[in-house]
Parts: sequence; C-alpha cells; structure tokens
Amino acid sequence: MPAPIRLRELIRTIRTARTQAEEREMIQKECAAIRSSFREEDNTYRCRNVAKLLYMHMLGYPAHFGQLECLKLIASQKFTDKRIGYLGAMLLLDERQDVHLLMTNCIKNDLNHSTQYVQGLALCTLGCMGSSEMCRDLAGEVEKLLKTSNSYLRKKAALCAVHVIRKVPELMEMFLPATKNLLSEKNHGVLHTSVVLLTEMCERSPDMLLHFRKLVPQLVRILKNLIMSGYSPEHDVSGISDPFLQVRILRLLRILGRSDDDSSEAMNDILAQVATNTETSKNVGNAILYETVLTIMDIKSESGLRVLAINILGRFLLNNDKNIRYVALTSLLKTVQTDHNAVQRHRSTIVDCLKDLDVSIKRRAMELSFALVNGNNIRGMMKELLYFLDSCDPEFKADCASGVFLAAEKYAPSKRWHIDTIMRVLTTAGSYVRDDSVPNLIQLITNSVEMHAYTVQRLYKALLDDISQQPLVQVSSWCIGEYGDLLYLDSVRRRSPSR
Amino acid sequence: MIKAILIFNNHGKPRLIRFYEYFAEDLQQQIIRETFHLVSKRDDNVCNFLEGGSLIGGSDYKLIYRHYATLYFVFCVDSSESELGILDLIQVFVETLDKCFENVCELDLIFHMDKVHFILQEVVMGGMVLETNMNEIVGQVELQNRMEKSEGGFSAAPARAVSAVKNMNLPEMPRNINIGDINIKVPSLSPF
Repeated sequence: MPAPIRLRELIRTIRTARTQAEEREMIQKECAAIRSSFREEDNTYRCRNVAKLLYMHMLGYPAHFGQLECLKLIASQKFTDKRIGYLGAMLLLDERQDVHLLMTNCIKNDLNHSTQYVQGLALCTLGCMGSSEMCRDLAGEVEKLLKTSNSYLRKKAALCAVHVIRKVPELMEMFLPATKNLLSEKNHGVLHTSVVLLTEMCERSPDMLLHFRKLVPQLVRILKNLIMSGYSPEHDVSGISDPFLQVRILRLLRILGRSDDDSSEAMNDILAQVATNTETSKNVGNAILYETVLTIMDIKSESGLRVLAINILGRFLLNNDKNIRYVALTSLLKTVQTDHNAVQRHRSTIVDCLKDLDVSIKRRAMELSFALVNGNNIRGMMKELLYFLDSCDPEFKADCASGVFLAAEKYAPSKRWHIDTIMRVLTTAGSYVRDDSVPNLIQLITNSVEMHAYTVQRLYKALLDDISQQPLVQVSSWCIGEYGDLLYLDSVRRRSPSR
Repeated sequence: MIKAILIFNNHGKPRLIRFYEYFAEDLQQQIIRETFHLVSKRDDNVCNFLEGGSLIGGSDYKLIYRHYATLYFVFCVDSSESELGILDLIQVFVETLDKCFENVCELDLIFHMDKVHFILQEVVMGGMVLETNMNEIVGQVELQNRMEKSEGGFSAAPARAVSAVKNMNLPEMPRNINIGDINIKVPSLSPF
C-alpha cells in the first residue's frame, strides 16, 4: 500500500478540478484511501490523513469517520500528532457525540504534561468544547494551572476557567481564591484574560460583583499606568499602549461602577483622563474612547462627565471613518432616552447622516431622528424625514412611514399640518405603508370634523394623479364615500393648503 | 464572545472556518454561503459592520469584516464584544499571519490551513480573545513549529512546498498589453 499522499499534494490536485463533480470525485477517491489507511491502524501517517480530512471538511465534505482517529492522535506521545488531533477534535467533535468523553482522560494527563505546549493544547481544547461532565472532572486541574507562574499557561487557564464557569456555574466559587493576585501580574496576556474571567464572574453573580468592587482602585491604577507609561515597544499598537487591555478594563469598570456611587466616583478621574488624552487619529484610539463613553454613560457619573461623553460621540459623527460614525449613532441611540437634551444638541449632524451613502448608517440615523422628534422641532424634523422618505431605499420606506405617522400623531402642531403630512406619505410612499395604518388614518380623519372637506378634496386630487398605490386608494375611496358631497364646496377648493 | 471566524475569498471559497459554537456540518456550509452573500454585495466604502444573517442568529449578532484584496476576514460576534476592538483584532491577526508567513498571500492560507488554525489558536480561544501581542503569538507559534520539525513533521517541509508553489511558472504579466491600436495598462497586483 503506497504511502498516503501529502496534504499539499491533495490540495494541489483538488485545485485542478474544473467542476464541482470533478472535485467530488477526487475527494471521494481520497476518502476511500484514507478509510483503508485508518483500517490498517497506521500510526505513521495518521496525522497526515486527519489533516487531509480537516481540509475536506472545510470544503463541506463529511468527515465524521475521522473522529475516533483524532482521539488516537491525542493519545499519541508525539507533539505533532497531539496538535492535529486536538484541532480535529475541536473541529469535528462536540459534546453531542458520546465519543468526546473518551478525551477526558487524555486531556487530564496532558494538563499535567511536562511540556507546556501540550498543556496548552489541552487547556485550549477543554476551553473550547469541554462538556459539563468534562469540566466537572477537570476543573481542579484548571484551577491549579490558574495559579502557576507560567504566564503562557496562566492566560489559557483563565479563559478555560471562563468556559468551565459557563458550563457549570456552581463551580465558580472554586476559582475565587486563585483570582486573588491575578491583577498583580506583569504579563499583559495574563492580565487581559484575567480581566475577562473577572468580568464573567461579576456578570454571573451579584455576590461576586460585590466582592470584586474592591478591585476598582487596582484597575484604575493599571489603566493609569497604561496611559502614562509612554512608549512601550512591546505593547504598542499605533502609538497606544495595549489598547485591547485598556478596553477590557474599561468594560469591567463599567460593570463594577453600575449602580454604585462609591465605585463610580473612584473612576471619575481616570475616565475623564482617558476621554481627554486619547489620541484619536487611529482606530485603536477611537476604540478606547468609544468604550470610555459607554462606561461613562452606564455608571453613576457626574453630569459634566456625561456631557463630555456625548460630545465625544458628537465628534465621532463628524469623523471621516464610517465605522466611527456608525458606532456613534448606535451609542447615541442607546443614550437618547436618558440624556435626551444632550443628544438634541447634535440633532443637525444626525439629520445630515440621513444623506449618508452607507445603508447601515442611514438606518441608525433614521431611528435616532425619530427618537429626537419633539414638540419643538417637529416641523423642521418632519421636513427632513419626508425628504428622506422620498429618496430612501425601499427597505426603509415601511419603517419610515410608520415612524412619520407616529411622530405626526404625537406632535402635530395643527390638524391641517397633520393631514398634509399624511397625504405626503400616502402619495410618495403609499405602497409601502403598513396595512394597519389605513384604519388608523381613517379614524384620524373621522375625528377631524372641520378638516373633512379639505381632506376629501386633497385625496380626490391625489387619486386623479395616481391610482396605483393601494393604501392611498383605500383611504381616498372611504373618504369620498363618506364625504363626497363636500367635494362640491367651493370655499374650500379656493383656499390653498398651509404649509 | 466570538461565535465564528470565517475567511473566504472573493468567490466565496472557504479558506479558514472556525465555529466556537456547535453547528451541524451542512448548517455550517449554509452559514458560509449566507455570510459571503451578505458581505460580498457591500461596497468598499461602507462601514465594516453588518447584522448577522438569520442562520447565525440574526440581529443578536454582528458580522465584523475586513476585505483585503482577494480575502474576506469575517468575525461573527455578540454584543459583549467591542465592534471597533474586533476590527483592530482582525488587523492584529492578519499582521501576525504576515509575520509568520513572510508577506502572506492567499496561497499561503490555501496550502497551510492547519498552520493558520494553529496561529489563530494563540489569538482566540473558546470564542474569547487570548493574546493580542503579535510578538508573543509569533514566538509561541515558532516554538511549537520547531517541536513539530524536530519530530519530523507530517508532510514535506512546508518551506519547500511553499517556495515550489511560489516559483510556479505563472504567465508573465506585462505592464502594458498592446493589441493593434488598443493599449491596456495593467494595474500592479497587490501581494494578496
């Protein structure tokens, strides 16, 4: 039996296939070869065969017959075998297959292996796909590794612990002692994953949250060091020291400061510092600023800080980078209820975003615009929104029309204005108006007794222009049926509609 | 939490697929197709965020993507991840690939899918960000590769295979194509 072909050879062969059928034929042929190789219990080429299987799996071909082989690789002594075996297990197996439990013993042994990279593989696999039973069995090993001085293993153990806690929440207590000095670590990888672990624990348990509130000063100190440390080539990303860690810490501070005055006060200064000192010319700076804004808005910050945060969002709206504009609009949408007045100050910029070419930005701007409509700005806002309704993509028209009706109902300055607005929607986006709007409109018209003549005449004229839009036709027909006699009233016809 | 990381080319062919949550195999392929469909119709000058397709969880999830020449890098994440942060993470991952493969191109990903998985494993674990320091990641991957090499590896020396592919006799691309009175200037090809 010739040696199984190499992975690269297989890839090269498959790439020469000109049709899907040709590719399928090649794959089937190779699968047959791999199957017989597996049957022969060939140890030397097992890793090569599993690697090929994983490639074929990525292309969408069935690879389940390789599951047991992955387990054999994991049990091998060679690092090469373990590496591809564990990868195969993560890609092909999950807890739904009983066979995955067979891994438990191997993982247990590998967690105690003399080589840190083998331990790393075991932690990675357990942290990705460990079932509740596996997690229960192996939590003790993970906890041990969480206390090791080896930073490579410690950071992996932290994330593995997160997975264990997600699978078996009762085990959270067990990891508490190990968290004691996690934040005194110098290694940023460990710091980063430790903050993730602490975040997970705080989010899951109010008791843990209370317990970890005392970490706020330490977190503030770490953050301060990152900002003030000056250039550190090791952690520098575009001139900022470890932005990923900064963002993580800001997020944890958010959770700790929420609904707690003392913690919020303790972080006020650092938040103001980050908000004013962060370099905004690159995306990394903006990611930090964005996280800072979210934290400020979520904790019990003083009003000056909140205004600073909203102004940062306002500046984001003017940024050339579309991603920044998008996240700004998303955040403003979240804060518009609580800090309505502050957001109102940026209304004109938000309305300008309605004209953006990017669909995601347009949608956010539309939602935010509707949230900002009030009795004072209704006329101006409605002008912009009706213009938007005219020119926007069909996917927006239904939502926009509904939004206009709602806003008009709440804040219409006069009945005539209200009717005119409805007319405008029916004539420009009539076919996108939702079905339930029709009875609502009819109700509205019925109640505006003094406007009956005006309404029916305008509707009649609109029908003469365009009879193709169903909701318009429905409303108009009903009106004409009810108030048709008013069509002959001269006095109304001569009066021109007010704006 | 990162739900999935998908790398595919401009025609939707998968180059790396990693799901951090269980999806049946045929559903995985459907998700790849749906994601490609959503992402490929985006202009190059719109924002890099999309709502997740219905198969992957709909509006509870976001697709954050970057388009580099012939490849799309798509991260599907839930609301606990910072959108801008993930964009930076994609950049870190790509730059790490660049360091590990020396001016990485699509061919490297095609022929070294396993190596790319191993690199990714040092960046993201269990759907969570593990390490963002490029030098750390590259160093750890290097040491593990050396361990493999010392055991003999499981296929021909990767370096030789890649250089063989890179030295393949692809037709020479002239700068200007002159056909009669038509003169076409060929744009320079980016490394990807």
